[in-house]
Amino acid sequence: MGGVTLSPAVPEAAARSRTSRSAVRQIWGSVLLKRIVFYLVAAWAAATLNFLLPRMMPGDPASAILLKMSELGPVTPDRVQLVHRLFGGAASEPLWRQYFSYLGGLLHGDFGLSLAFYPTPVSTVVRSGFLWSVLLLGVSTVIAFVVGTALGALAGRRPGGWLDSVISPLSIFVHALPYFWAALILVYVFAFRLDWFPLSGGAGPDLAPGFDPAFISSAITHAMLPAATIVLTSISGWLIHMRNMMASVVNEDYVLLARAKGLSETRVTTAYAARNAVLPSISSFAVSIGLVVGGSLLTEMVFNYPGLGSLLNQAILNLDYPLMQALFLVISMTVLVANFVMDCLYVLLDPRTREAAS
Amino acid sequence: MTRRLPIRVPANRKVRFGLLIFLVLVLVAAFGPLFVSHVLGQSPTRLHAGGALESPSGKHWLGTTSSGQDVLAQLVAGTRTSLLVGLVGGAIATALAVLLGVLSGYSTGRSGAALTAFVNIFLVIPGLPLLILVASYTRGRGGWVTVAVIIGLTSWAGGARAKRAQTLSLRNRDFVAAAGYSGESRARILFLEVMPHLAPVIASTFLFSVVGSIAAEAGLDFIGAGHASTVSWGTMLYWVQSQGALQSGAWWWFLPPGLCIALVGTAAGLVNFGVDELADPRLRTRRATGPAARPRRTGGLTPEKAR
Amino acid sequence: MTADLVLDVQGLAVEYGTDRPARAVDDISFRLHRGEILGVAGESGSGKSTLMTAVSRLDRPPARVVSGSVRYHPRDGAPVDLLSAPPGQLRELRWDRLAVVFQSAMTALNPVMRVGAQFVDVLRTHQRMNRKEAWKRAAELLELVGIPGDRARNYPHEFSGGMRQRAAIALALACDPEIIVMDEPTTAVDVVMQRQILAQLQELQARFGFAIVFITHDLALLVELADRIMIMYSGRVVETGTASALYRAPQHPYTLGLRDSSPTLRGPRREVRAIGGSAPDLWDLPAGCAFHPRCPQRTAGCDTTRPPLLVRDGHGTACLLAQPAAARPATTPNGTEEGA
Repeated sequence: MGGVTLSPAVPEAAARSRTSRSAVRQIWGSVLLKRIVFYLVAAWAAATLNFLLPRMMPGDPASAILLKMSELGPVTPDRVQLVHRLFGGAASEPLWRQYFSYLGGLLHGDFGLSLAFYPTPVSTVVRSGFLWSVLLLGVSTVIAFVVGTALGALAGRRPGGWLDSVISPLSIFVHALPYFWAALILVYVFAFRLDWFPLSGGAGPDLAPGFDPAFISSAITHAMLPAATIVLTSISGWLIHMRNMMASVVNEDYVLLARAKGLSETRVTTAYAARNAVLPSISSFAVSIGLVVGGSLLTEMVFNYPGLGSLLNQAILNLDYPLMQALFLVISMTVLVANFVMDCLYVLLDPRTREAAS
Repeated sequence: MTRRLPIRVPANRKVRFGLLIFLVLVLVAAFGPLFVSHVLGQSPTRLHAGGALESPSGKHWLGTTSSGQDVLAQLVAGTRTSLLVGLVGGAIATALAVLLGVLSGYSTGRSGAALTAFVNIFLVIPGLPLLILVASYTRGRGGWVTVAVIIGLTSWAGGARAKRAQTLSLRNRDFVAAAGYSGESRARILFLEVMPHLAPVIASTFLFSVVGSIAAEAGLDFIGAGHASTVSWGTMLYWVQSQGALQSGAWWWFLPPGLCIALVGTAAGLVNFGVDELADPRLRTRRATGPAARPRRTGGLTPEKAR
Repeated sequence: MTADLVLDVQGLAVEYGTDRPARAVDDISFRLHRGEILGVAGESGSGKSTLMTAVSRLDRPPARVVSGSVRYHPRDGAPVDLLSAPPGQLRELRWDRLAVVFQSAMTALNPVMRVGAQFVDVLRTHQRMNRKEAWKRAAELLELVGIPGDRARNYPHEFSGGMRQRAAIALALACDPEIIVMDEPTTAVDVVMQRQILAQLQELQARFGFAIVFITHDLALLVELADRIMIMYSGRVVETGTASALYRAPQHPYTLGLRDSSPTLRGPRREVRAIGGSAPDLWDLPAGCAFHPRCPQRTAGCDTTRPPLLVRDGHGTACLLAQPAAARPATTPNGTEEGA
């Protein structure tokens, strides 16, 4: 808006300095920098927890692991050392030195050898499941968030309307279904009874993973039921949250004013009501995603889906502590990254956060 | 007036229905096992009480498992386990949530910031994987109590955040400031001025912690990371999965435990939904009735609303 | 005179709740002429804000219009009853002919949209402007109220309270409406800012010629601003007349109390007195004249007879004292909102 003359009428209008583009960029930077620092601290906390837990617990995970390793094959001294670094047990070194060599090892991605898949390194095992899980979880979460939020906006637009009185009680019930049980029921109905989808697995067993149509279509068919489980059970959480926020936001003055402005109902609902109501959903993403991740791990176990959840299942059955420890870290880091992405989205959607940081 | 006393005077239909479900479950947990053993003459653990996978009959109201155990007896025993785990885990989680949430919201300066960071970190570390990790280190030692304690210790962060937000908003209210100016000690203000206003939020957190603990216990048992020899809804579903009850079409075995878990969650959802409506008249689905529902411009009416 | 009529409200009644409804607005009629400023004054709870939302058809449950009509008279064509107009027609009339300014611009502007964009959408809807024209016009409108045009790119939180309030007024001007309903538009700002905004408002009104319904609790302010004033108490009009007559010689004891409870900026000094008691509960209205428990001049009959609004020479009063003895009814006409 160049070329307009400044009105001298009111002093404070001119007194408030205009924010230049570079300043805006700086504010952006500082908000995100703060979050990055926070997530680094959180990552460090997760790693430290991982270090402390086996050392605090009764019993001696290290000797249990070494015993098991010796049953599986000869154990070299450096493998023994590695186990002690990860799980303690040998009191030869002071705790702080163990801690630093543990952190150093983590930076190199060194998690020891898996017991369930002996003697494959844990990092290789985790890598095999990582992409499967992230794709399944990512796609299902995006679908559930978008659809759930949209339905919640529709239901909350008129609290007590027919849509609200059908959707809200239904979603309270669906929200309460345990993931793994919903998974069992879906398997029973759609894979076992109707035979529409495969019972388990990630893709046809005779197909080599790769970018060919046969593999991809097989992978998609296999992912349908697990994804449906995650979407079905997590959708209602977003829905209820959005519905409640919407029901209260539609009474805000700015929504009333938008209606007074004679804007179309769609515009009032989306640009004014829903646009504001969705913000708390995004800011409470951290709480929700934790539950969704937990649920999707259980879902994977039911479907024997080749992701982190099934690996976790293997680790539990075989008391494979090294694998379990690594999975916990990797899952935590994934959740941290997801949260960071949502934080960025929030800053993008709510201009007030940019101001608050300056 | 029913406003502000949503728990004691459940005027709302949803709240009443939710509480009724809880009441029934508590009664089942308390007296169900007696009924099962003395009236029906069944035991949750006895093998071959009937034939394998018998469908429901007069003798076995909910049929039998693949090992011939009575499903109803298991379900009732599981109700007791699940509720106990829920109560203990929920109590621990709520206590931690109140302690850390209120302190982090009320403390200022460095200690407040540190506590807040601590809460926020636990908030972003996914609960179930942590729970599984800890549970498998304990390897079932100590039975359901250990499981409940671990659940409580790993699931307080969400509640703490809600408490923190509430405390922050209360801290800036006039009556708290006034108490400060009149020279009351911080601890006194915290307990006498701030805490009472948190009561509804604490009740809501406790409710959800109980339900969350029940679900977590079920999940843990289902994957075999819990306490395997305890009869719970989770272990029932573990056997359902490992014995292929689905493939045998034994619906009487795989439906009840899952429905029970869903029922608990639904009850909590209904209570929460209704309490939200009572606290914030704008959410109300039906037309307002009577003076309690008097319309008013709400400035910051609802500290009760956080979950 | 009727040619100048722009808004004609007849017998409007609004209730809250259904089981045991309370009347927040009871049988209110008034006419608004082109270029006129009508002031509506009353305490909080007197129903003045409910009146405003009902007139602009922004009422929402549990509030409900139970009777009456709100006729908008366009310059050409037949009058339209806003209360029964179909949604499409209502949408077209909104903002284009009738705009509103809310009490708190703090909450009336969408916090996540640029201020300019909130002008742009309404301009594009009603004036069929393209994006570029609309942004240019938004900047011009802001300048009308003394806000630099380039601030249109800012978000509401980057504006001060006074700026936001002025932006809300500029927004109301966007489509050059015939009527602007203002609900306490200066309550949220300090006194200095209030004077500035009112002066600006009078200037704009003189320039564009829109009519204003100005709702406030501040009678002194209305006396300076309004042409005519309507005093509300417990959902009813207790007195109405020209600003000067009403202020000089109030006939209803409530108006008198309202006048004497606030200091004036001009005119002779007098003692400031508060009205004793507080506004009655709508669910439990006193019988007879709703003001009688607080009225210093109450006489026999005030607690049983509800006085009708009696208009003489354009000045209306609803008080037994102001009525010829013959007109006083002996008993209560069955009151609708007496406590159960």
